[in-house]
Amino acid sequence: MYKGVNDTDPEQRGTPVGRRVFLGTLGLGALGVLAAPKLQSGLEGLLGGAADQDPTGLTGLLPNGGGFRYYSVASSVPRKNADTYRLKVDGLVDHPTTYTLADLKALPQTRMVRDVQCVTGWRVPDTPFEGVRLSRLLDAAGVRPTARAIRFTCFDGTYTESLTLRQARRADVLVALRMQDKDLGHSHGGPVRLYVAPMYFYKSAKWLSGITVTDEVRPGYWEERGYDVDAWVGRSNGRDDEPTS
Amino acid sequence: MSLRADTTAGVRRFSRTERWVHRTTAALMGVCVLTAACLYVPQLAELVGRRALVVTLHEWAGLALPVPVLAGLASRAFRADLGRLNRFGPHDRTWLRAALHRDRRHESRPAGKFNAGQKIYAAWIAGATLVMLATGLMMWFTHLTPLVWRTSATFVHDWLALTIGIVLAGHIGMALADPEARKGMRTGEVSREWADRQHSLWRP
Repeated sequence: MYKGVNDTDPEQRGTPVGRRVFLGTLGLGALGVLAAPKLQSGLEGLLGGAADQDPTGLTGLLPNGGGFRYYSVASSVPRKNADTYRLKVDGLVDHPTTYTLADLKALPQTRMVRDVQCVTGWRVPDTPFEGVRLSRLLDAAGVRPTARAIRFTCFDGTYTESLTLRQARRADVLVALRMQDKDLGHSHGGPVRLYVAPMYFYKSAKWLSGITVTDEVRPGYWEERGYDVDAWVGRSNGRDDEPTS
Repeated sequence: MSLRADTTAGVRRFSRTERWVHRTTAALMGVCVLTAACLYVPQLAELVGRRALVVTLHEWAGLALPVPVLAGLASRAFRADLGRLNRFGPHDRTWLRAALHRDRRHESRPAGKFNAGQKIYAAWIAGATLVMLATGLMMWFTHLTPLVWRTSATFVHDWLALTIGIVLAGHIGMALADPEARKGMRTGEVSREWADRQHSLWRP
């Protein structure tokens, strides 16, 4: 018997701590999912407070650290300024128009302060947006009776969005030139982006360069990849966030 | 002359299968980490863009991540090492106590083929990978689970990703600091001298 015991590898005996750590990690993961709503609101408060006093900006990199996240679907996005930027309004309109940045700035501006809600979960409270009401540009172009929808295109060359004509005429839909009371920077979709206050933020196309009036809704970039076309905050994409507008 | 006295001869540490399991797992984990960084860190996201492509790469690399280990279960050597990683003896307690007290002397850190730190790392990273896989699937196939679960899954996925990133950095850092350990994983063999020093209780 002595020899037999010696033959078995002593390293194969002992307490199965590895298995316990493995199962414990799985259990903690499951517990984390269950406790997440509570933990998340607590952390958002904590990190939000810390972010206000953080000169390094590192808290912004933590999950739920607050603030915007940068999403681009294109490989690289050209930069446009006051000289090079153009916004084209065409399609089923009587007067196709091309606006420069100065043209847009000369039009009456509307400022709105609402929460921004991303479909992936992050929310930035009380964000001011300022720009020209989309309905004003549509009226100026003279929308034809057969028109039903709008297709938005962007100078990143890839992103597209859509709204029904009815949605596009809402007073809380802007062609935005300013955000957080600053001119829109490149990473936030500047110099001009769409701002659809009542919908998830993917509807607010960055780097807006084209507004085409169409006879039917043509789903946008993410909508072809499974997102809802009618993206009301709290009533679409299977989410129940508090409405933003 | 006994083998143990010969310090020049190498000692077999990992089989070919085990090394390939490690290699492919490392490569897939690397893809997961890099794509995650490109999705998450604003500066990298801005640099790389191509969000749809990066998401697809991340999803498939994550899905494939457990495959090498599962395939490795067919190997007797791999299963034997899993057994060694699982079992803790009294010497592992000594090792952990020394690690807690930052006692770096080899005599205070007795270890078999794997030391207690490696055992805990292996078990934790295996569990963490499966938690990432499960929460990842909940975010990917959004219609499969109730809404609250998805937000919660995102929360766990994000924070655990950060934790895994830090732990992985430690794992890689320790490998970088120990060329002989890397040689063991690269060629399958380590020097007798290294084995005696780092894994005094290992009887290969």
